[in-house]
Amino acid sequence: MMDDARLTPGRRAVLSGLAGSAGLALTGCQENPPTYGNLLRIGDNLTYQAQRLLLPARSLAREYDRSDISNMPAVGTTDPGDPKSETFDPQLGPLYDRLRRGGFADWRLLIEGSVARPVSLGLEDLKRLARRTQITRHTCEEGWTAIAEWTGAPLMAALALARPNAGARFVNFMAYDGQIDSIDMIDALHPQTLLAYGMNGRDLPLGHGAPVRLRVERQIGYKSLKFIRKIFVSDHFVDPGKAGLIQSGWAWYNGI
Amino acid sequence: MSSTKLGAAPGHPAYVRITHAVIVLSVLVLLYSGLAILVAHPRLYWGQVGNSLTPTLIELPWGRNYHNVPFGPPTAFFGPDGPVTRSRLKEVANLNSWARSLHFLTAWAFLAGLTAYLGLSLASGHLQRDILPGRKAFSVGALMADIRAHLTFRPPQGHAGPPYNLLQKIAYAVIVCFALPLMIFTGLSMSPAITTAVPLLTTLSGGYQTARTLHFVSMVLIFGFILVHLAMVLLTGVRRQLRAILIGG
Repeated sequence: MMDDARLTPGRRAVLSGLAGSAGLALTGCQENPPTYGNLLRIGDNLTYQAQRLLLPARSLAREYDRSDISNMPAVGTTDPGDPKSETFDPQLGPLYDRLRRGGFADWRLLIEGSVARPVSLGLEDLKRLARRTQITRHTCEEGWTAIAEWTGAPLMAALALARPNAGARFVNFMAYDGQIDSIDMIDALHPQTLLAYGMNGRDLPLGHGAPVRLRVERQIGYKSLKFIRKIFVSDHFVDPGKAGLIQSGWAWYNGI
Repeated sequence: MSSTKLGAAPGHPAYVRITHAVIVLSVLVLLYSGLAILVAHPRLYWGQVGNSLTPTLIELPWGRNYHNVPFGPPTAFFGPDGPVTRSRLKEVANLNSWARSLHFLTAWAFLAGLTAYLGLSLASGHLQRDILPGRKAFSVGALMADIRAHLTFRPPQGHAGPPYNLLQKIAYAVIVCFALPLMIFTGLSMSPAITTAVPLLTTLSGGYQTARTLHFVSMVLIFGFILVHLAMVLLTGVRRQLRAILIGG
């Protein structure tokens, strides 16, 4: 459960820093990702705006009991350090492999961009932040589901350390398999959005994104990026090209 | 409606023709994109959870992933009898990049068309008068007579549009009041965002995988209706029927 005592000062800092985007959220007018004239991306944005307008910003995903925990396949990238993997990144892959061999003792998460004070956090730093454990359903875009227990630091607690600027609107994530993705501040500050380092009571396994993966419980599974490397806060939508979703032909917002 | 010149063929009012066109086009695109979505994971389950490592209700021989997804060895999360994880060893056939976005874009048109039709037909009394089989019209004798007429390929002839015979009313009522709304209900029940705001959706639908399976069953029902509906149009005068639903009188 969330440790509010340790979270409160941080949350206040983030929330006051984000008064600007909170105001925008109230009017339901979120900045749209670019569509490049693609009708499907226009439809994605329609769904995004409609959900942001109609759904409460802080409604919680259902949490389950330990007895509900199920088998869960590991799909997509299951080892960024494996040169035979289809998603192997020639620059990041060897770096990841070295970190993994060292038990991720040298893993650092840089939080930078539109923030007052960029920070670099190790695994132990993350574990010292507020800790939240939640048993939630992972909903894969392919059509399958699984229930697992996730333990991590609420993203909002980690962001609070870096103090996002008032104009910050998006949080971008870079992963060791080369993927880059982002979520808006509504999802970033959601209490169930975690930087998860634990799964089912132990360290996050390799196939599920070790050492740290994102959990975005109100969106489809692929938004919960695995193998997190770096966080970049931005005032506007950043299109990372082919490393991101939109130019690969996928919906950026996927709450449906 | 200027319907008198064809006498017994008044055709359909404008709102019926327009919403019928919107619903037909959107249902066709939803069928196409929905079947494309199903390629990625042609397995159906019951309850909240279902994946390649859990038992299925039905495995559909649909697309390249049918019985063709290799996994590595299992690793237990807790004890030997508890839940496991296994790594999938290859990328599966997956059309969801365009198929999901097309499905949800089209769903907006479908939602608008169905809501407009149900609202306007309820307000005008068309739904109560012509579609819902009233208690008076509903008798076993009338039903048997209708079934006999259909089985001998002698359905009532001579007009397009209401009044409808009893079997026809039951078919239309099941589709517009049950199967089509069920698609929206079970569809929304699969949304990870909407179900956080309306948890009742998950409770009523019986869980994500139950909703997904019912979404599929309802699709089959609607597909079957389309085939029978088209056959009846052919049997009862295709020109008159098309004229009535496309341009009215």
